[in-house]
Amino acid sequence: MTDIKGRFGVHGGQYIPETLMNAVIELEKAYNHYKNDPEFNKELNYLLNDYAGRPSKLYFAKKMTEDLGGAKIYLKREDLTHTGAHKINNVLGQALLAKKMGKTRLIAETGAGQHGVATATAAALMGMECVVFMGEEDTIRQALNVYKMRLLGATVIPVTSGTKTLKDAVSEAMREWTSRIDDTHYCLGSVMGPHPFPTIVRDFQAVISKEIKEQILEKEGKLPDAVLACVGGGSNAIGSFYNFIEDKDVALIGCEAAGKGIHTFETAATINTGKLGIFHGMKSYFCQDEYGQIAPVYSISAGLDYPGVGPEHSYLHDIKRASYVPITDDESVEAFEYLSKMEGIIPAIESAHAVAHAMKIAPNMNKDQIIVITISGRGDKDCAAIARYKGEDLHE
Amino acid sequence: MNKIYEALKNKKAFIPFITCGDPDVATTKAAILEMVKNGADLVEIGIPFSDPTAEGVVIQGANIRALEGGITTDKVFDMVADLRKEVTVPLVFMTYANVVFSYGPEKFFAKCKEIGIDGIILPDIPFEERNEFLDISEKYNIDLISLIAPTSDDRIAMIAKEAKGFLYIVSSLGVTGTRSEITTDLNSIVKIVRENTDIPCAIGFGISTPEQAKEMSQIADGVIVGSAIIKLLKQYKTKAPSYIGAYVKEMKDAIL
Repeated sequence: MTDIKGRFGVHGGQYIPETLMNAVIELEKAYNHYKNDPEFNKELNYLLNDYAGRPSKLYFAKKMTEDLGGAKIYLKREDLTHTGAHKINNVLGQALLAKKMGKTRLIAETGAGQHGVATATAAALMGMECVVFMGEEDTIRQALNVYKMRLLGATVIPVTSGTKTLKDAVSEAMREWTSRIDDTHYCLGSVMGPHPFPTIVRDFQAVISKEIKEQILEKEGKLPDAVLACVGGGSNAIGSFYNFIEDKDVALIGCEAAGKGIHTFETAATINTGKLGIFHGMKSYFCQDEYGQIAPVYSISAGLDYPGVGPEHSYLHDIKRASYVPITDDESVEAFEYLSKMEGIIPAIESAHAVAHAMKIAPNMNKDQIIVITISGRGDKDCAAIARYKGEDLHE
Repeated sequence: MNKIYEALKNKKAFIPFITCGDPDVATTKAAILEMVKNGADLVEIGIPFSDPTAEGVVIQGANIRALEGGITTDKVFDMVADLRKEVTVPLVFMTYANVVFSYGPEKFFAKCKEIGIDGIILPDIPFEERNEFLDISEKYNIDLISLIAPTSDDRIAMIAKEAKGFLYIVSSLGVTGTRSEITTDLNSIVKIVRENTDIPCAIGFGISTPEQAKEMSQIADGVIVGSAIIKLLKQYKTKAPSYIGAYVKEMKDAIL
């Protein structure tokens, strides 16, 4: 889907300081070499299966299906993978690649902390140094994940610039990378940033849709009618969509964080409210003001609280192959509680955005239709914050 | 020959940087007048951006203060138009791609020409992406200035061959900000540049003292200083222009 310059339609590209150009060129060369290397793939598959617990289950949510009274609902259980989210798929791939490139140090940004925890985990496993940049605001919202990263041997640096959230963590990780390139790989956590990251991360996450396809064909003998996933930067969504892009009858629906609503300023729904721009190494859609200043976005979900979206999603939106819908804080919290009570599965608040949309559309679909929702992560990390959102005085 | 080339060729140039609107536009204008009066050969004017990823904490702070003070791209244009009545040295903008892109590149560069801007530095537009703005910048005669970094290696010749105005040589890894030591082998970089172009080159990032300025000016055609000036603005605020004038004089004298 990408051309040689890393474009998805008009989106993508390499809008980065000259200091980093040779680093991304070297990364692209290494990736193009190792992605077809049988030994590399053997090692990666071993780690994904025996260490991370793949393939993840595709679970038929019978009670939820009956309760909503429409389409059959399946849940892709990325929450059951090691470290509790899909982030591990990409991190194991990038860490192994970095190691092959002779790098000894991983740096990463993190929002909710899931990518940071996954990176710290891979670094521990492979004996690499790890530094994670996390917005100060998020270190408070996701204190447990900060502790986990430290437990795993990583250094967590709270970022105090800008809005002190994911956007600023990405900026700070990019700044750090320009100061130390020789021994350091920037393990970017989503399908964003400069080429080749959107392609590399997508390829490592595409295992999600590859498995969904095999599993649903085995269980139902046909493809799903819709695949739903939450979208911040968009890594679990592109992973869930990728192997269905050519199957035009499968609706691909990304669920964006609308925060307090897309008609308020407290939103992070990039495709629904943003416009085309250039930031963090890529051309894509961004929430910004009339002068191109990046907007201080908001969502209850630290993992979706980002003013941009990966370039391939912007392209899928442009060509109308995927649709992107806004889901508010209230709707996602309702879905968080619903799935917990209905199926005994506590989803990450990020993933709850996708559950919320399924709750809207499933009742209007026929009983022979199928929806797959990717549960990108588990919700343990969110329990205290959601309790407080609901007015309970709970602190970790 | 264009104005930037003329201003920098066959001399040792001092190039100060200032973020427009920190703490307010009147102070920026007064500071630039002081810079020019005290020997600045070219002035780099920063159009603030919310997320300046190539900047260290000092210039990040200036961007935030300026935006909080209500600066906009249009107000920067107004300041420059006003300034042009009094100064003749080349003026270049330094900003980020999204500021230009969101304004509309055609409209942005037309405005640059109208108000007398000579060039633009966009740290997030590397050689491979320069076509984003190259044609339009040339249409309006605004030099799209390229950067060369300590990591550029095999890219130096390619960048130098296509360079416009002057070449901005980044002295060190990392972001902008003052440094006690510069360890990059800049002589080797400049040697490759000279073999490929006669465009002047100026060194920036990390330079703050007269000693450093003197040393760098022996390697290149000019010296760029930003963070040290922003520190004076942070300290003296609206009273900073006279301190900046004195500092520019000290630096310019060191490289003569």
